[in-house]
Amino acid sequence: MRPYVVTDGRSHPTRNTLDLVTLLIAADDLPLTGLSPEKRALMELCRPGALSVAEVAGHLALPVSVTKVLIADLMDSGHIVTRAPIPSARPSETRILQEVLDGLRARL
Amino acid sequence: MGSAPASEAALSAGTPSAGSPSAGIPSAGASSSGASDGVYLASGVQTAVKLLIVGHFAVGKTTFVGALSEIRPLRTEEVMTQAGALVDDLAGTKDKTTTTVALDFGRLTLNDSLVLYLFGTPGQQRFTELWQDMTRGALGALVLADTRRLGQSFDVMGVLEELGLPYAVALNDFDDAPEHDLGEVREALDLLPETPLVRCDARDRISSTHALIALVEYLLTRNAGSADSSADDSADDSAGDGAGDSELEHA
Repeated sequence: MRPYVVTDGRSHPTRNTLDLVTLLIAADDLPLTGLSPEKRALMELCRPGALSVAEVAGHLALPVSVTKVLIADLMDSGHIVTRAPIPSARPSETRILQEVLDGLRARL
Repeated sequence: MGSAPASEAALSAGTPSAGSPSAGIPSAGASSSGASDGVYLASGVQTAVKLLIVGHFAVGKTTFVGALSEIRPLRTEEVMTQAGALVDDLAGTKDKTTTTVALDFGRLTLNDSLVLYLFGTPGQQRFTELWQDMTRGALGALVLADTRRLGQSFDVMGVLEELGLPYAVALNDFDDAPEHDLGEVREALDLLPETPLVRCDARDRISSTHALIALVEYLLTRNAGSADSSADDSADDSAGDGAGDSELEHA
């Protein structure tokens, strides 16, 4: 199927805050009735646990751009939420880098 | 093994929460994609960061990502529109302005709250949208290079420099590649004195991990002095104090 069929012809999501590594959580209390097959598949993929935008695209075998359109729609309808940052608790980049370094060293 | 597949099938067919995506979805549908088999992120993960693994065709990006990833590496693609598309559209050559770029990626959970994604992508194309999306929020990049084709790494490094994304260079040791002195390679690649240059075997998890460590140590060095000098190295026990997601740009 051509991507523009999946997205009703749209090539841009309704929001542009989605990054490849934005973490997605599916709301498990909303019915899936009325969703397109692709959105339903996305919801079924995401319900067991958190995944990044890139992983969702990879598992669904859809281009990232198409996946973002679907996710943005599902965010608009409340089916998907992102694991949003707590602004006051955003770690500094130095802190993040130190954690990455520690984590990598622990794998040796 | 006789009864297990049947019960899994029944489970996934009967309960939506069992997590098996509907038929027709290629990779995740192995009928047992529950939270326990590693497909999904650990529940405590709050922060996701990314590093790019870039380099020319067949330099070993996919191998590198595969050696490190805790999940089966995934591939997706991005359709890119080149800057200046409007002009080209007017000229009637619309098809020339888009291309499809493959992204191979993998995942490493580094601690209870932090996960690292590695994105492997060819770096030659100067497709602005891809690079802006890929590099937004990226901590840095590891350039994989092949001593037999060093010249092909220049485009990649040029793009990273234009974007201001810091990088280290790792020479992927191919068995049939001649052994080069690192100093000569550094000179041939015209690297800045501070840019790390290491050897690695992209097939080997430990060797590839060392290459990433060299990159992250460099990124930390660059960061030190700038920003918060109060970052205390002894704060290793601070994972539980509410790390936010640095990738989301709501602030």
